[in-house]
Amino acid sequence: MASTDIIIHDKKDNVGVVVIEKVAPNQTCNCWIMEGDGSATVEAKNEVPLGHKLALTDLNEGDTIIKYGHDIGKVVKPIKKGEHVHVHNVKTKKW
Amino acid sequence: MEIQKSFLGYKRENGRVGTRNHVIILPVDDISNACAEAVANNIKGTIALPHSYGRLQFGADLELHFRTMIGTAKNPNVAAAIIIGIEPKWTKRIVDEVAKTGKPVEGFSIEGAGDIETIMKASKKAQEFSIWASEKQREECPASDLWISVKCGESDTTSGLASNPTVGNLMDKLEPLGVHLCFGETSELTGAENVCAKRGKTKEAQDKFIKTWSDYNDFILKEATDDLSESQPTAGNIAGGLTTIEEKAFGNFQKIGSRQFVDVLTPAEEPTKGPGLYFMDTSSAAAECVTLQAAGGFNIHLFPTGQGNIIGNPIEPVIKLTANPLTAVKMKEHIDVDVSKILSREMNLDQAGDELIKATMRVANGRFTCAEALGHREFVMTKLYRSA
Repeated sequence: MASTDIIIHDKKDNVGVVVIEKVAPNQTCNCWIMEGDGSATVEAKNEVPLGHKLALTDLNEGDTIIKYGHDIGKVVKPIKKGEHVHVHNVKTKKW
Repeated sequence: MEIQKSFLGYKRENGRVGTRNHVIILPVDDISNACAEAVANNIKGTIALPHSYGRLQFGADLELHFRTMIGTAKNPNVAAAIIIGIEPKWTKRIVDEVAKTGKPVEGFSIEGAGDIETIMKASKKAQEFSIWASEKQREECPASDLWISVKCGESDTTSGLASNPTVGNLMDKLEPLGVHLCFGETSELTGAENVCAKRGKTKEAQDKFIKTWSDYNDFILKEATDDLSESQPTAGNIAGGLTTIEEKAFGNFQKIGSRQFVDVLTPAEEPTKGPGLYFMDTSSAAAECVTLQAAGGFNIHLFPTGQGNIIGNPIEPVIKLTANPLTAVKMKEHIDVDVSKILSREMNLDQAGDELIKATMRVANGRFTCAEALGHREFVMTKLYRSA
């Protein structure tokens, strides 16, 4: 089995979490989809550190980020597939 | 794995079982801390539980103060208790409630006597209690005597992916044995509140949860600020990759596995509806939450962390686990159980849950947690509003 670089919790998720020290730009990352024990690959566009998220699809302003199969916030700046997803481009829908 | 169905605990007078055998010196109020600490210095085998409050509180805030004081001393991890307050009336109120458990308890008030005379009298009694408690022996007790509380801290995305689900796996395996379980952190369920409410076993429990969460959310909207972005998620959470409170909440929520909760408890309230999972209305600040859960009668705590929270509690052993491979190495002295192999797929959740059960049983039997060995004794009262 190829080593896992990114974990995707739920099939519906549009982000995955880096589980190695970091992924580098242009790196083809092996993804483990926990739900159903599936696999996928995605090419990283930025350096993304351990524990941080990476987009699995292109996302536009106003789109919803799905993780654990649930709504975890809204996109406030367009994000390309493979880019770092964090507080600079996603905000809470609460408060 | 065959789950270990018993552990070695201290049987108490009221039928509860302790995983520890503490003699505590509990100050009723802030100004009695010096006296309590002096007694604990004098008498080996005792610990003082200093804190910051207990004067001029009123209403629900005062009731919570008493519930926390009384619950802490009643906890089965406490063999005997000395209560020291400035005035006799509030001191006696605590002593009288704790005495109902049948454990040795005695109160002392400082007013009219002064610190030195009080320290002398309380030390004599504390010495008697300490020697008495030192003869207590551990006996075999069923796993159902475990009351396990959970709370996570300095969470990052590895918490939601691996260490919190490991706790969930343990809950799924231990609940059928008749264990009491408790989760809290009202604020950190924000974003997952409706999904969480549906886990209530009854309509009553579901409604109670939504009311509790809404009251908290109304308070945030009214009192504090319209944005908790500086504290929820915390800077540590953000460094670890958590972006929003919703993401944190769904990660947090993995701790209860597939369990349903029996009832919703007020802060520091003891559950009375039998074994199973309970939700307690608590702050998400680690030391406040664990202090309330210990006061609710829980005798062992599981604490998943991502970036490395270091909390302990004076009476309830706190077992820490992490799935963050960097934290597991860099903060090794704080981590009791390393489940980082889940992330590299060298360990699955089922195996991680079994490892955590083994560690929990060893700690229940008396093995020191990292936090105990390091002397972490965070005892922090929850205050609802300012004093009169």
